[in-house]
Amino acid sequence: MKRLLFASLVVAAASAAFAQLTVKEPWVRATVPQQMATGAFMQITSPTDTRLVEVRTPVAGVAEIHEMAMEKDVMKMRAVAGLALPAGKTAELEPGGYHVMLLGLKGQVKEGETVPVTLVLEGKDGKRETIEIKAPVRPLATPAGGSTKK
Amino acid sequence: MPSVFRVAIDLKKPLFGLLLASVAALTACDGSRPRFSSIDLTGASFGREFRLSDPDGKERALADFRGKVVMVFFGFVQCPQVCPTALARAGAVREMLGAGGKKVQVIFITVDPERDTPEILKAYTAAFDPGFLALYGDLERTKAVAAEFRVFYNKVPTGSSYTMDHSALTYVFDAQGRLRLGVNHTSSAEELAADVRTLMSTYPSS
Repeated sequence: MKRLLFASLVVAAASAAFAQLTVKEPWVRATVPQQMATGAFMQITSPTDTRLVEVRTPVAGVAEIHEMAMEKDVMKMRAVAGLALPAGKTAELEPGGYHVMLLGLKGQVKEGETVPVTLVLEGKDGKRETIEIKAPVRPLATPAGGSTKK
Repeated sequence: MPSVFRVAIDLKKPLFGLLLASVAALTACDGSRPRFSSIDLTGASFGREFRLSDPDGKERALADFRGKVVMVFFGFVQCPQVCPTALARAGAVREMLGAGGKKVQVIFITVDPERDTPEILKAYTAAFDPGFLALYGDLERTKAVAAEFRVFYNKVPTGSSYTMDHSALTYVFDAQGRLRLGVNHTSSAEELAADVRTLMSTYPSS
């Protein structure tokens, strides 16, 4: 898979166990004033079988992991309890699939800002680790795959 | 003079026959009919009209946009993926059409009028293209318009909030206000632009 790597590549690790976990191209879709929700997107690759079990951010009251599905021509979004991150496989949280829903926004999310996001990961042994990333805010009108693909 | 009149009639007869024959040929030969990559909805008995308010409180109907190709999308502002993608694609199509893009009106109809206030709607569509128009109705009118367009939507609770399931087709009307195309969410801007070009050349606005 050919993929352009942007400068926004963020690798952050809280402990040795997650040292190799990479989060690429995190971004948050900008909002208009009074808009209460938006989506956060990223690509996560873990070297070991891990689960993304929780997401936190100070800009929103709640962050939920959502799955988007098209059934016939109907778009459906549902919260999921967690997202499996199989070893070495990149989980794409991108427009068109999984994403993090930021609900109850505390203010407008503006292009050019950076949103701190905490990812809570659970290893096979049940141990939890957190990693902090900074997701740049991209324009509201960012097209599908605007992050990586043409 | 009656004889002249008779000649005129006689002349018309074979001409009329010829006309019929060419119409039949057009119908029979698929290649001469416009082809679209979108779903051809020509002749559909739904999606004939809407009457809703714009963010300035002005009543708008489909007939107000005669002479323009109209692209209608139903969605909601809190939608993080499908709606921005569809609107960004519509904006890209307008750009690809160059001067023809001015003859395209993009309309966003909210299925979530409880949260999508006129102020939010105005700012939202303007973020994609200042020429886009958002429309809304009260719950009852929203329901009626969605039914007329065979658009499904449903409020689904999620935690302390709710999300909306909704149809993600974009409808395209020709310059005479007739429903012509249903565009899948997965169609590219290039495909859609080509279809709109075909619509404009086979059914010009004048």
